Amino acid sequence: MVALNSILVELTEDEMKEAKRMLGREPNHLELAMIDAEWSEHCSYKSSKPVLKQLPTKGPRVIIGPGYDAGVVDVDDGYVVTLHIESHNHPSAIDPYGGAATGIGGVLRDILCMGTRPIALLDSLRFGSIEESAHSRWLFKHVVRGISDYGNCVGVPTVAGEVEFDDCFERNCLVDVVCLGLGKIDNLVLAEAKYPNDSVILVGGSTGRDGIHGVTFASRVLTEKSDEERSAVQIPDPFMKKLIIEATLEAIATGHVRGLKDLGGGGLTCGLSEMADKGGCGIDLELSKVHLREKDLSPIEIMISESQERMVFIIEQGHEKEVCEIFDKYELPHSIIGKVTDSGKLIVKMNGSELASLPAKVVANAPIIYRKAVEPDYIKKIRIVEKPSLPSNLSSVLLKMLSCPSIASKSWVYEQYDHEVGIRTVVKPGQGDASVLRLPNGTFLAIKADGNSKHCYIDPYNGSAGCLSEACRNLVSVGAEPLAFVDHLQFGNPGNPEVFWTFKESVRGLADYSKAIGLPCIGGKVSFYNEDKVKNMAIKPSPVIAAIGRIEKQEWITTMNLKHYGDHIVILGETKPEMGGSEYYEYIHGLIGGIAPRIDFDKEKATMHTILDTIRKGLVKAVHDVSKGGIAVALAEMCISGGIGASIDYSKIPAHDLRIDELLFSETHSRFIIEIDDNSIDEFLIIMKKVGIAYNIIGKVGGDTLKFNKNKEELISIPLSDLKDSWLNSIPKCMGESE
Amino acid sequence: MRVAIIQFPGSNCDFDTLHVLNNVMNVKANLVWHKSDDLRDYDAVILPGGFSYGDRLRAGIIAAHSPVMKEVRRMAKDGYPILGICNGFQILIESGLLPGALLRNSSLKFICKWVNLSVISNKAIFTHKIKKNHLLKMPIAHNEGRYFIEEDDLKELYKRDQIILKYADEYGKISERSNPNGSIDGIAGICNDEGNVFGLMPHPERASEKLLSPFNTNNGKIIFSSMIEYVKER
Repeated sequence: MVALNSILVELTEDEMKEAKRMLGREPNHLELAMIDAEWSEHCSYKSSKPVLKQLPTKGPRVIIGPGYDAGVVDVDDGYVVTLHIESHNHPSAIDPYGGAATGIGGVLRDILCMGTRPIALLDSLRFGSIEESAHSRWLFKHVVRGISDYGNCVGVPTVAGEVEFDDCFERNCLVDVVCLGLGKIDNLVLAEAKYPNDSVILVGGSTGRDGIHGVTFASRVLTEKSDEERSAVQIPDPFMKKLIIEATLEAIATGHVRGLKDLGGGGLTCGLSEMADKGGCGIDLELSKVHLREKDLSPIEIMISESQERMVFIIEQGHEKEVCEIFDKYELPHSIIGKVTDSGKLIVKMNGSELASLPAKVVANAPIIYRKAVEPDYIKKIRIVEKPSLPSNLSSVLLKMLSCPSIASKSWVYEQYDHEVGIRTVVKPGQGDASVLRLPNGTFLAIKADGNSKHCYIDPYNGSAGCLSEACRNLVSVGAEPLAFVDHLQFGNPGNPEVFWTFKESVRGLADYSKAIGLPCIGGKVSFYNEDKVKNMAIKPSPVIAAIGRIEKQEWITTMNLKHYGDHIVILGETKPEMGGSEYYEYIHGLIGGIAPRIDFDKEKATMHTILDTIRKGLVKAVHDVSKGGIAVALAEMCISGGIGASIDYSKIPAHDLRIDELLFSETHSRFIIEIDDNSIDEFLIIMKKVGIAYNIIGKVGGDTLKFNKNKEELISIPLSDLKDSWLNSIPKCMGESE
Repeated sequence: MRVAIIQFPGSNCDFDTLHVLNNVMNVKANLVWHKSDDLRDYDAVILPGGFSYGDRLRAGIIAAHSPVMKEVRRMAKDGYPILGICNGFQILIESGLLPGALLRNSSLKFICKWVNLSVISNKAIFTHKIKKNHLLKMPIAHNEGRYFIEEDDLKELYKRDQIILKYADEYGKISERSNPNGSIDGIAGICNDEGNVFGLMPHPERASEKLLSPFNTNNGKIIFSSMIEYVKER
């Protein structure tokens, strides 16, 4: 099965030389295969590491930052939450059901192996046009089904997410999964082998040929032959995962688990070398003890197999029996496969005879690659575009915007996910800008994932900062103070200097924003090689951000639906003619280019602070941030979810000399729409006079129509039922399922 | 009183049900591993939701053969309250304690959303405190919840008043539109002829605290409180 040649080709000549130099000898075939797996871009971050250093990683609540399986944040009273993001882009592109399902499996294990219970999942999905492409519909349908079948069965609610459609994802769909964990600070476990003579126990699924070379597969571009690489996609088993979750948490409760690591990318090789390296120890491994699915697996295959649902436990010597009894209760296969040593080496034996002996340090620390970065030509060209002509019927434009799949209701997606299991979900999908979960200490945690590839393509720096900004604004909209974020950076081939430039710009944007706002990055992931030789196309730069925030009191939780007839509608923030990458330009006019929204960090901070302040004072009844589709779409969403209309005087929107379509559809950052009743408006206005950010009362809640007027002159008037129809039925219609 | 919540491998609403009984209903409840063969300490049994055995073969069928089910059968025969929620309902059907079948949803998709339920009968121990036609808001979350039964048996269910809950709209009207999964006659929950064994697809444990309800309701509580009062009066 494994042709040795195919292993050798992935390492570059320089890397081969470096491996030899570090070892002081010629590595044998097994050793080369192990180095190859761990030195893959996927496992080693060899291209991205130097760039990622810019991100701030410390904060008063951060207990563990990047470098471990998940970031850990203190949420008081001895409780911690853990957060991690993963993708399964390549596998999902060729096997959407299995690829998406195993993606969840991977991120669940990352949370679990910190010693915390996974309590929520989020999905950020990116596909080509589901209106035009049958292939994209197929990917979309089966990715969602894969997430649904796996997440629902494993009993972890999928509470939020986002979906974006763009032609650049036609062959490279992006499937990002975020997982949130909850645990006690005293029960945290690290992926370390620290104490010699401790036992190494492999628990869970048997090791087989699925997922062989998954990491090297993920570390190159897709070709016309990629469909033949289905063996690189693992087989999902959510039932086994559920048993592993319960057994692992029970095992940790014994107090004898001294190290824990999930086996994902790179299999035993990566898992064991990283544990030994982090703990400053070595591991002696006996391959004959590994429980196999097929008898004739070669040592190389055993060492790099990525078979799913496997965990490695480091158990305090003498307590193996106590822990294994728990695995027996759940009928989970397990075997003691090795021992922690003080040799600093990962030694692989088969029936006692040594097959490989590698310093853990060498395997776990790939040589860094300093990549060239060159600004792509398109960046300058694309900024200057001619304004499209003003459409005559803006009512029909707004309806079309609402039916744009990237904007339309995602209920077709989230109703396939169990978002309630665990009974923590207080603000559910569709109710607010972020989801809100209750924590056992009476506080609440808000969580949201965001991305915007269209903005990032035109302006990687501002676009990426904008993704983080949107995630923060979504948290603030539900009343949460942002605590931390994780990022997933998805780009094309890093060997292409133009691609690498967009990567560097993207990280710079995230770093500048997070430093300005004071928000630590507690982990993340980089996924390169998202391009496709068939169409010779790389994806647009696609950072996806997942951010968490804290809500101290129940009464601060805020939703987006308009509530009462006669209430005031207020906008915070100035609208600018930043139309580049907007859904209005791209979906309505087919125009890619222009100036993408930029962030004024001071204004952003002041605006978010004001929203939180007024929420806490009990002045606002609904909050919605303005993002995709601009003010018009944001208001329509507030009307639809509230089941009540609104009447807006668009000339009151703070702006300088904008054309009407720019006013309605610009995606400028740092804007919120809020609902305030008559009793609170005066106090609100007093606060606003002090903070120095643009704002205005732009209309009133009421009726069963959304109207945009100037003085008495009516520009747009759409009955609620029509808004609903466009927004709710668009995706079912695309999928051929509407009534 | 003491309630047993049975844990099968793959149950995932076990902790949620335990939380509601302990902390919302203030009743003693224990998680009982499916290999137990003794439930003599308990006054009622709940088979919680989830994916016992990963829904392999058919939802609920493997769990129906677990050792603990022998005891559940004995208690059912002796008139103790037995409640099956979602996967628990599927298990009650697969073990023959309730009639009919639960098929794949007509949409062929998993459905998670809040629905309205009309109380058709208060014959079940679990609805004996609720007025007929009363509306309850609860969420559903299932892939195989389409209740089906042969026509003659359906007539028998009606005759014996065993149909307890039907899906309805927000005004209580029962129609095709209010039926989320294609269940025959919109049936969401049934009981046995004696009224002590009750299965339903919706999740009362997810609807027992106002904080968790989009409608600020806690309608799920009445299912549990009816059971508790019955045991106390017995």
